[in-house]
Amino acid sequence: MKLHELTIEEASRQLARRELSSVTLTQAVLDRIAAVDPRIGAYLTLDAEGALAQAAHADRRIAKDEGTPLTGIPLGIKDVICTQGLRTTCGSRLLENFIPPYNATVMDKLQTAGAVILGKLNMDEFAMGSSTENSAYQVTRNPWNQDHIPGGSSGGSGAAVAADMCLGALGSDTGGSIRQPASHCGVVGLKPTYGRVSRYGLVAFASSLDQIGPMGKSVKDCALIMNAISGHDERDSTSVPRPVPDYTKLTGDGFKGLRVGLPLEYHRAEGLDPDVRTAMAAAIETVRALGAETVEVSLPHTEYAVAAYYIIAPCEASSNLARYDGVRYGVRSRDHEDMLDMFRRSRTNGFGAEVQRRIILGTYALSAGYYDAYYGKASQIRSLIMQDFRWAYETCDVLLSPVAPTPAFKIGENTDDPLTMYMSDVFTLSANLAGIPGISVPCGLSSDGLPIGLQIMGPHFSEDRLLQAAYHFEQNTAFHQQRPEL
Amino acid sequence: MKITREEVQHVARLARLDLADTVLDTMAEQLGGILDYMETLNRVDTDGIAPTAHAVSQATPLRADKRRPHLDHEAALANAPERDKESFIVPKIIS
Repeated sequence: MKLHELTIEEASRQLARRELSSVTLTQAVLDRIAAVDPRIGAYLTLDAEGALAQAAHADRRIAKDEGTPLTGIPLGIKDVICTQGLRTTCGSRLLENFIPPYNATVMDKLQTAGAVILGKLNMDEFAMGSSTENSAYQVTRNPWNQDHIPGGSSGGSGAAVAADMCLGALGSDTGGSIRQPASHCGVVGLKPTYGRVSRYGLVAFASSLDQIGPMGKSVKDCALIMNAISGHDERDSTSVPRPVPDYTKLTGDGFKGLRVGLPLEYHRAEGLDPDVRTAMAAAIETVRALGAETVEVSLPHTEYAVAAYYIIAPCEASSNLARYDGVRYGVRSRDHEDMLDMFRRSRTNGFGAEVQRRIILGTYALSAGYYDAYYGKASQIRSLIMQDFRWAYETCDVLLSPVAPTPAFKIGENTDDPLTMYMSDVFTLSANLAGIPGISVPCGLSSDGLPIGLQIMGPHFSEDRLLQAAYHFEQNTAFHQQRPEL
Repeated sequence: MKITREEVQHVARLARLDLADTVLDTMAEQLGGILDYMETLNRVDTDGIAPTAHAVSQATPLRADKRRPHLDHEAALANAPERDKESFIVPKIIS
């Protein structure tokens, strides 16, 4: 096996046994990036020099037996997470030159664990999108078929993991932005419970929905990253002071005796691709064979989730993005008549079309006379969606569904019609509205050879249960061993 | 739902965006389509349903009120598009 193909688990074992050095491993991954990223376009900023210095430091730490499972492991970071001294663009022209003066809490934690940070990964601008086509910088291609999107908004993270351009990555998920690219790229991605991982230093899109999480080549790798990044942070008042279990204690019988709910609104949805349907039927058979009991459940307000989400998220975004005014950071437009004109020109030149669309939509929905009809109504629907999940979890332990209605679509196929693009998030965004965790694990390939992901969702703070179930599924199927040819 | 270009222009002004004429028309059309879709929410009776702003609710967390390290002045100014030694420089506000 080539070094860049290693999982975190295996690389960590070899590093601890001194069979491998982090410098050698990091160089191998940098060589891999040089060889394939010109065709994929996952990295926006590569810090080869910094990574090799961190790797040398990690090797010294391991030599003193002071390593952790992530010490010396090369990781990629979605470009929406602040990295001190390393450019963070959020995929936006407006932040072309932004160099964060501080680290996000997750970056402090990864640094403490000794991880090696390779660079920053492409994304839809400010995490708004489902295909990474909204990046102001470059298109990211799906490693399985380069005519197709990698998913989004964490498309750079998904593609980099799938193409072995990092051993694991961080993404962020506001409506499916970890799970959907994980599904489209054939890797594992976990969106934790809201409040499980600190959002301090995560550039805000929709603050009540955003959550950072891991993307990896295996369930175990995601568990290793979760152990490092989870926990309460007094710098994020929405992070929850609750003990963090050891997510890596994976027993290999996660589905045994589990009651698995099959939400009929998801499985019988119109527009569900036949290949996704087939893969789902096979996955359901697999979990039954693994000892799970399946029950049909109903999440009756599912059909309203897209509309509620695309009111709430843009409302929060329009407020959050008001900070980009060209005063303290970001690109300031040169020609302006006065202060207000400077704000307007900087924002108009700096933001791309989708970001402007969502700011307009959010501003409209929050403006005088419309607040109750849109934001108020959507927030009530959100309560009903949460209630759907609460009732479902009275009869089952986890919910099983597709991640996305179709495999990755072609680049350019959906860019003209925002509403069609929004619909592709139908199975993932309810979890964000309800704050519950969800994991995507590979469960098949389409007839065109594109990956399909299985989503397992659970109640608040059931990440351990989801990881156990996903691990059991993974260990009894071969989908995670398939790699794209590059 | 019909959204006029004047309405979009008004909202753009509130959002501190300066949309070109051609963009205004496209935006009005797309916004109308999206808001039509949002109308589906009115099929749900939400009388008496409390709204949710945060899915994982918590009491307001408190911390000890003590001095702690904060961002260095120079670091805070480092990304400024225009600055002098100690301040952000902005266009004249009061003429």
